[in-house]
Amino acid sequence: MTVQLLAGQLLLGLINGSFYALLSMGLAIIFGLMNVVNFAHGAQYMIGAFTAWFLLTNFGVPYWAALVIAPLIVAALAMIMERLLLRPLSNLDHLYGLLATYAIALIVEGLVRQRYGATGIPYDSPIKGGIHLGFMFLPWYRLWVVVFSIVTCVGTWFLIEKTRLGAYLRAANEMPQIVESFGINVPKMITLTYGFGAGLAALSGVLAAPIYQVSPSMGSNVMIVVFAIVVIGGMGSISGAIITGYLLGIVEGLTKIVYPEGANMVVFVFMAAALMWRPDGMMKSN
Amino acid sequence: MNKTLLIAAVALVAALIAPVYIYPVLLMTILCFAIFASSFNLLLGYAGLLSFGHAMFFGTSAYITGYILKTTSISLELALLGGMLVSTIMAALVGLLAIRRAGIQFAMITLAFSQFVYFVLLQASFTGGENGMQGIPRNALFGLIDVKDSFHFYYVVLAVSALALFLFYRIVNSPFGEILRAIKDKEPRVESLGMKPEQFKYLAFVLSASLAGLAGALKATVFQFATLTDASWPISGEVILMTLLGGLGTLSGPMFGAAIVVILNDELAGLGEWALIAQGVILLVVIVFFRRGFVGEIAALLAKWKKPAKSEAEVTA
Repeated sequence: MTVQLLAGQLLLGLINGSFYALLSMGLAIIFGLMNVVNFAHGAQYMIGAFTAWFLLTNFGVPYWAALVIAPLIVAALAMIMERLLLRPLSNLDHLYGLLATYAIALIVEGLVRQRYGATGIPYDSPIKGGIHLGFMFLPWYRLWVVVFSIVTCVGTWFLIEKTRLGAYLRAANEMPQIVESFGINVPKMITLTYGFGAGLAALSGVLAAPIYQVSPSMGSNVMIVVFAIVVIGGMGSISGAIITGYLLGIVEGLTKIVYPEGANMVVFVFMAAALMWRPDGMMKSN
Repeated sequence: MNKTLLIAAVALVAALIAPVYIYPVLLMTILCFAIFASSFNLLLGYAGLLSFGHAMFFGTSAYITGYILKTTSISLELALLGGMLVSTIMAALVGLLAIRRAGIQFAMITLAFSQFVYFVLLQASFTGGENGMQGIPRNALFGLIDVKDSFHFYYVVLAVSALALFLFYRIVNSPFGEILRAIKDKEPRVESLGMKPEQFKYLAFVLSASLAGLAGALKATVFQFATLTDASWPISGEVILMTLLGGLGTLSGPMFGAAIVVILNDELAGLGEWALIAQGVILLVVIVFFRRGFVGEIAALLAKWKKPAKSEAEVTA
C-alpha cells in the first residue's frame, strides 16, 4: 500500500463523509422535531444540484450564487409541501409521513429522469487547480467542500444545541403544548424547520454537483446509506449524525483499499454491529 | 355467510377460466404479487410493522430457487421450498437486529439491510451480476407433471397461491393473529398481560418473509429469470403501494392492489418513467384521501349504506 493510495482514499472518504454528515444531520433535525423520516431528503438533494445546473445553463447564474439561491428555492417548495401534505398527516401514525415523502421522492425523481434522462450531467468546478502536497494532489474545490461542510455542521449543531432558538426547537419536540402556551407558534416553527432541513439537503446537492455528476438518481443512491448512518448515530441525535457521517465516509474510503468489493456494504455491516452492540444508538448515553 | 361462499365460488370459477381469455403470464404475475402483498400485509396490516426491505426476501428467494432449478434436476416444489427456506433464515437473522428499534426506525433498518443484500447479490458469482440469471427451467412438478407450458403452469401457480392465501387467512384468524392486532393497537397492554410483544413481532416478521420468499420463488419460475430488480428497493416500495392501495389489514385488499399495480405497470411499460411517477401519485392520493384502501373504502361505504337502512327498519318495527 502506498502513501498516495492511502491519502487519496482518505480524502475521498472525507469528501463522501462530508455529504453523509450534512444529509444525516438534516434528517436528524427533521426527525427530531417532526418525527417524520424524510424520505424526500435524497430528492431534495438532487433537486438542489439540478437547480444549480439549470440556473447555470439557462441563466448563467454562477456556482456561488446558486449555492444561496438553490437551497432557498428548495426550502420554499419544501415548506409548501409541509403545509399541504405533512401537516394534515402529522397526527396519524408516523409511517404515513415516511410514505408520503417517499411518494414525493418517486414522483420528483421520475419526472426529472423523464425530462433529462438517466445519465449524469457534468458541472464545472468553480475553483480550478489545487495544491501538490508532496504525497498527493489536493484540488482546491475538494478542500472547500470539506471545510464548508465542517463549518456548516458545527454551526448548525451550535444553533440547535446552544442557542435560545435551538432550545425552543428542542422544547417543542418534547412538549409542544407547553411551548405553545409560552406564545411560540409551534406549527410555524415546524414548517421552518422542515424548510431548513430540506434547504440543507439542497445545499449539499449544489456542493456535490461539481464532484459527482448531476443525475436524477444521485439522491436515492446516497439516501439509503444516510438512513443507515442515522440509525447508527441514534435517531434524532444531531451530533451523532454528524460524527457518524464523517467516520463512516472515512471507513468506506479505507475499505476501498483493503477490500474494494465491500466498500458499498461496509456501512450496513457497521449498522448491524451498532444494533447488536448499542441498540439505542451510539450517541445516546442511556 | 352464504353470500361469502357465493363470492368465493364466483372468484374461483373466474380464476379457473381466466387464462383462456387473458395472457397466463400476466395472471401468474398478479398471483405472485398477490402473495407478496399479503405477506407484507401480515406484517404492516396486522402487526403494525413497516418493512421497507421486503424485496430482499423476494429477490433472494427468486435467485435461490432459480439456482436450484438450473443446477439440479430436483422437482419444482422442492426448489420453491428451498427459496422459501433461505428467505426464512435470512429473516430470522435480520429480524433479530431490526426488531431492536421500535417504530419507524424498523423501516429504515430493513431498507438498509435489503440494500446490503442487494449488493451481495450483485457481487455473488452465482447470480450473474448485472445480467441476472437467465433460462431457469421449470422442472417437473413432483418429478412427474410437466409444467413447461405457461397455460398449464398457471393452474399450479393458482393452487399454490390459493394455499398461501389460505395459510395467511388461518394465521390472521388464529389466536396469534389476535395478539398481533392487540400489539398493533396497544402494545403496553399486551405486555401487561404477561406476553412478550417482541417475540410475536419477530415471529410475524419471519412468517411474512417466508411468504414473500414463496412469492419470489414463484416469480422466478413464472418468468424463468431472476434479476437484481427483484431485490431492489423500488420493489419494496411497490409492495407497500399494492397493500395500501388494496386496503391495509383486509384479507382481499392486497390481491386487488397487486392486480391493479401489475396491470398498471404492464400498460405503462413502454412509457419510460411514467409507471414510477404514476405509482408515486397513486400512493400519495391513497395516503392523503383513502387510507383504508380500495377494499376498506368499499366496506366502509357498504356499512354506511346498511346502517341507515337498519335504523329505518327499527323505526318501522
